[in-house]
Amino acid sequence: MTAEPLIDTDITPRTDGTDERRGRFARLLDSDIMASFLASKLTVLAGFVTFAFLIIALFAPLIAPFNPFDPAQVFLIDARDPPIWMAGSDPRFLLGTDDQGRDMLSALFYGLRVSLLIGGLGVLLSALIGVTLGLIAGYAGGRIDALIMRIADIQLTFPAILIALLVDGVVHALLKSGGREDTAFGVMVLSIGLSFWVQYARTVRGSTLVERNKDYVHAARLIGLRSPQILWRHVLPNVLGPVLVIATINLALAVITEATLSFLGVGLPPTQPSLGTLIRIGNAYLFSGEWWIVAFPGITLAVLVIAVNMLGDWLRDALNPRLR
Amino acid sequence: MTFSWSRPITKIRKLALLSSLGVGLIASTLAGEAANAKTFRFAFQGELKAVDIYALKESFSLGVLSNVYEGLVRRNAEMKLEPALAERWETIDPLRWRFYLRKGVKFHNGEDFTADDVLFSVDRIRTPGSDLKANLPADLVAVKVDDYTVDFVLKTPNPLLIAEWETFSIFSRKWAVANGATEATSASATTPPYAALHANGTGPFIIVSHEPGVKTVFKANPNWWDKPKHNLDEVIFTPVTSSATRVAALLSGEVDWIDPVPVADIPRVESNPGTMVAAGPELRTIYLSFDQMRPELTGSNVKGKNPFKDVRVRKAFYQAIDVETIKTKVMRNLATPSPVMIAPALFSKYNDFKRFPYDPEASKKLLAEAGYPQGFEVTLDCPNDRYVNDEAICQAVVGMLARVGVKINLLAQTKSKYFAKILASGGYDTSFYLLGWTPATLENYNVFSNLMMCRDEKGKGSPTNLGGYCNPKMDDLVNKALVEPDPAKQEAMYAEAYKIALFDDVGYIPLHQQALAWGMSKKIKVPQRPDNYFIFAWVNKE
Amino acid sequence: MLAFILRRLGSAAIVLIFVGVLAFILFRYVGDPVNQMVGIDTSIADRDRLRESLGLNDSVIVQALRFLGHAAMFDFGVSYQFKRPVAELLIERMPATLELSLISALLSLVIGIPMGVASALGKDRWYAKLLQAVSLAGISLPTFLIGILFIYLFSVTLRWFPSFGRGDTVKLGTYWTTGLLTSSGLRALILPAMTLALFQMTLIMRLVRSEMLEVLRSDHIRFARARGLPARSINFRHALKNSLVPVITVAGLQLGSVIAFATITETVFQWPGMGLLFLQSVQNVDVPIMAAYLLFVAAMFVAINLVVDILYLAVDPRLKTTSKAH
Repeated sequence: MTAEPLIDTDITPRTDGTDERRGRFARLLDSDIMASFLASKLTVLAGFVTFAFLIIALFAPLIAPFNPFDPAQVFLIDARDPPIWMAGSDPRFLLGTDDQGRDMLSALFYGLRVSLLIGGLGVLLSALIGVTLGLIAGYAGGRIDALIMRIADIQLTFPAILIALLVDGVVHALLKSGGREDTAFGVMVLSIGLSFWVQYARTVRGSTLVERNKDYVHAARLIGLRSPQILWRHVLPNVLGPVLVIATINLALAVITEATLSFLGVGLPPTQPSLGTLIRIGNAYLFSGEWWIVAFPGITLAVLVIAVNMLGDWLRDALNPRLR
Repeated sequence: MTFSWSRPITKIRKLALLSSLGVGLIASTLAGEAANAKTFRFAFQGELKAVDIYALKESFSLGVLSNVYEGLVRRNAEMKLEPALAERWETIDPLRWRFYLRKGVKFHNGEDFTADDVLFSVDRIRTPGSDLKANLPADLVAVKVDDYTVDFVLKTPNPLLIAEWETFSIFSRKWAVANGATEATSASATTPPYAALHANGTGPFIIVSHEPGVKTVFKANPNWWDKPKHNLDEVIFTPVTSSATRVAALLSGEVDWIDPVPVADIPRVESNPGTMVAAGPELRTIYLSFDQMRPELTGSNVKGKNPFKDVRVRKAFYQAIDVETIKTKVMRNLATPSPVMIAPALFSKYNDFKRFPYDPEASKKLLAEAGYPQGFEVTLDCPNDRYVNDEAICQAVVGMLARVGVKINLLAQTKSKYFAKILASGGYDTSFYLLGWTPATLENYNVFSNLMMCRDEKGKGSPTNLGGYCNPKMDDLVNKALVEPDPAKQEAMYAEAYKIALFDDVGYIPLHQQALAWGMSKKIKVPQRPDNYFIFAWVNKE
Repeated sequence: MLAFILRRLGSAAIVLIFVGVLAFILFRYVGDPVNQMVGIDTSIADRDRLRESLGLNDSVIVQALRFLGHAAMFDFGVSYQFKRPVAELLIERMPATLELSLISALLSLVIGIPMGVASALGKDRWYAKLLQAVSLAGISLPTFLIGILFIYLFSVTLRWFPSFGRGDTVKLGTYWTTGLLTSSGLRALILPAMTLALFQMTLIMRLVRSEMLEVLRSDHIRFARARGLPARSINFRHALKNSLVPVITVAGLQLGSVIAFATITETVFQWPGMGLLFLQSVQNVDVPIMAAYLLFVAAMFVAINLVVDILYLAVDPRLKTTSKAH
């Protein structure tokens, strides 16, 4: 799946003449922006939800009533109990149990943790690759630029599913019969990281092209700073704004992609499910009336994605002064 | 049905389908040539790849293509062999079988069926592209006696000679020669093999069009030699991969028959007006086994030795697994926990056996005695799209073993990767695995010779004995049983062999026979074969 | 200009060769094709013979070069599973995918543009915020779940639309089959097209919104306002028109990803297109199909990019120095 241009293409920073030395990142803390955040109730709500999810993910082992990742604590005999308000429920399981007898609520907490971790690391990796390549391409120009952009073209033709399959295959071939549980997590992060870097690269390259011709870069070059230093100290801070926006929205996308990969059979092992794996498993119980097995992870995922995207929207508008 | 389902399946109607076949016939003549021709639509989870029946040994495509191609013999709904293209046969002596061919049979293109076609088919099924070579013994020679008599000459007696002859389908020699299809379809061919897309059998249905992976259309053969048991004019097959979509297609009436219905969706299909589930026993046995051959496991934290070489460890695993709960919770009662490696329908002494009881305490004790009081770690190889709820079964096994201290790393993957890892071609790279097996010959010897007799590292011997269990005493017994003429004595010898391998040595953990679950429109009547061959030439539609 | 196009064509060829070789080298990690071609009890000797005859024992580089050599003459080999020439299979499946992708792209424009306009004009109002949040529905659940929910609602419960397949098709010419001319074909198209469009709709809507916001702030709109032109005329005659150019461009660029994206939708709805063929070939380790499909997608991306670049070049000669307009 190449979901690259999902995000509006206009987040490259526009030069408004003023404030060049201060990066957009610095302006994030501007009271103006905080004001715009508080001005919209929906944005506040989205922020609150995201924060709550982060807390849950962080402290899942402490707040979850059960440990769904410990097979010794999961009893098949409890399988498919409905939520507590329905007939035939078990008071131990607030939101019921899944097909293996795992407590849904605990599975959601842990699943959220896994999903956010994979999404977060995946996004971090793709941003790292993309920003680095984008900076180099934009700053160096010429053949190096052309080469990197051609690599980006090639990457776009590989659907994420195939990347995941290939990474999975290569990792297993290299590790020689390593168990799925040990490697699946890394495979997912790597697959997502390798699937989503192009957008960062293109955006950062565009910004770098603009920044490179500015006076301060010329000045830095004149006083003898070397290219890596210029890139790191001067160009990078100025292109971080758009990167942050893409990262926010890609986090949501990464979580969804992980779910899709799980549907295609290359996701995380069912013994340590992410939200996506939970949906994939629950998907089989949609027609049978055991709706809670898919509904709760589905709703959690949808709420997470919408909240994170709204934060991303707000961030983009806030960082683009012309839209304010 | 002659097959005894060991206990009644609650909520699932048992179909007395056979008796209804005659009724269907009458109904069809009464309806006459109504305005709407009877079209039967069905969906399966997999594709029908090539229509060359020799190209792939897989029950779905063999079953479907059995409606187009016929063998000298065929199996009826009770799985009994009956004459098909041969009117009758006799064993002149143990090394010579004589088949008298049916006269007046025509291929779909109008050619007559004769002994030449049989001889040609013997050659064709042995060509490199064929996946059915094993259906005929390698030493068999076919001799034409006259146009309608063929002798099959053997070097060693083989009581199982015709067990797989239903799919030893007869091709027309003239047609094959004329179209360059004398060799079984091989994927390595650079030009598209003709027989992969075109069929010319003698069977009750003719393939009208075949778009691989999309749609295959059949029409009834008006000149079929036998009296049709169906009342259809046209049959349309579509593969539908996604289970939810397949069930939806049945519920909304877009198709008349689907296979498989996920066990979770059975109540839904049952409660929907107009659809129902036909559930019955399948002959496939699902079992677990271990690497008992390597000095050190490839997927374990135990180094320097192989814990599965110790019978106590194997028995501890056996007794840690609660197969009854798997049956009720994972399989929703659509499974028969099994003490042996073969289905009850195929083995008369099945009921003499009883599984070791589920007993986690005994299991822990056995592990401690074997020197693993804290358990150990091992990887379980499992497919996630091959058998009914395979991944869920493995997950349940992980939990149950965790409670006796064994940590299982579950490697559940899609069948192409799973088989690539565990089979001989992958170097038997597995320490602990789940596999299912249906004996193609429908008897015990096939189980032993494929799964349980000794093999070397290369797979010489029992090729699918992935864990390399080996007990020469059992091998001797099985080899003697094969040629034992008295069926009662033969069964007793097989029973003794199962006792050695499964109870004395605990070389395998048989879990259950899974059930077949067909979803069908209530307008459909069709008998269910326990090998899950779908013979739509038996379908009657209201 | 000619030199530019030639240079781009050259690099396009390099991209294609790269994709081909890379894909082929990596495919051997996807699984063992032989296992999917024979029954489980097929003997090892037979498997080895098959492997040999397929050329799987040659080194990967040799296999890749052989594939490329044939591919250059549009011969992609014979599918391991279906025993048919891959080029034929792809051509057969192409109309289904293209119709689905085009219709869903159209659908996403028809729904996405008005939503984008409304949320831009009503910026900061509650309904605009709500629209923005609602539009996220398309990307907040995995496509496969949306598809199955649609099937559950519209096929099983309401029985409005079929749950799978393409309905009846009509043959146009030798290669093209269309489902657009029969009622069952049109009905079958609706659910998958909607599922696929949801995702694009979100993108289009957000793009229109931000472009509109930009344009509404531009000098000529301010000038129009100052002249006292009616708001309706300003918003639609001027602002929307100016916003649509980049939107259409991006939508065009997106077509490539829509086709690539269609794989999941096609799988859920058993839509007989190239995406379904591709996913099945991944499961079956049908290397010739996988390789040919990837080459096709790569060629399409490259072609669309090339066309866009040339168009930009034609419009704005100043861009000659920077190769990429996107």
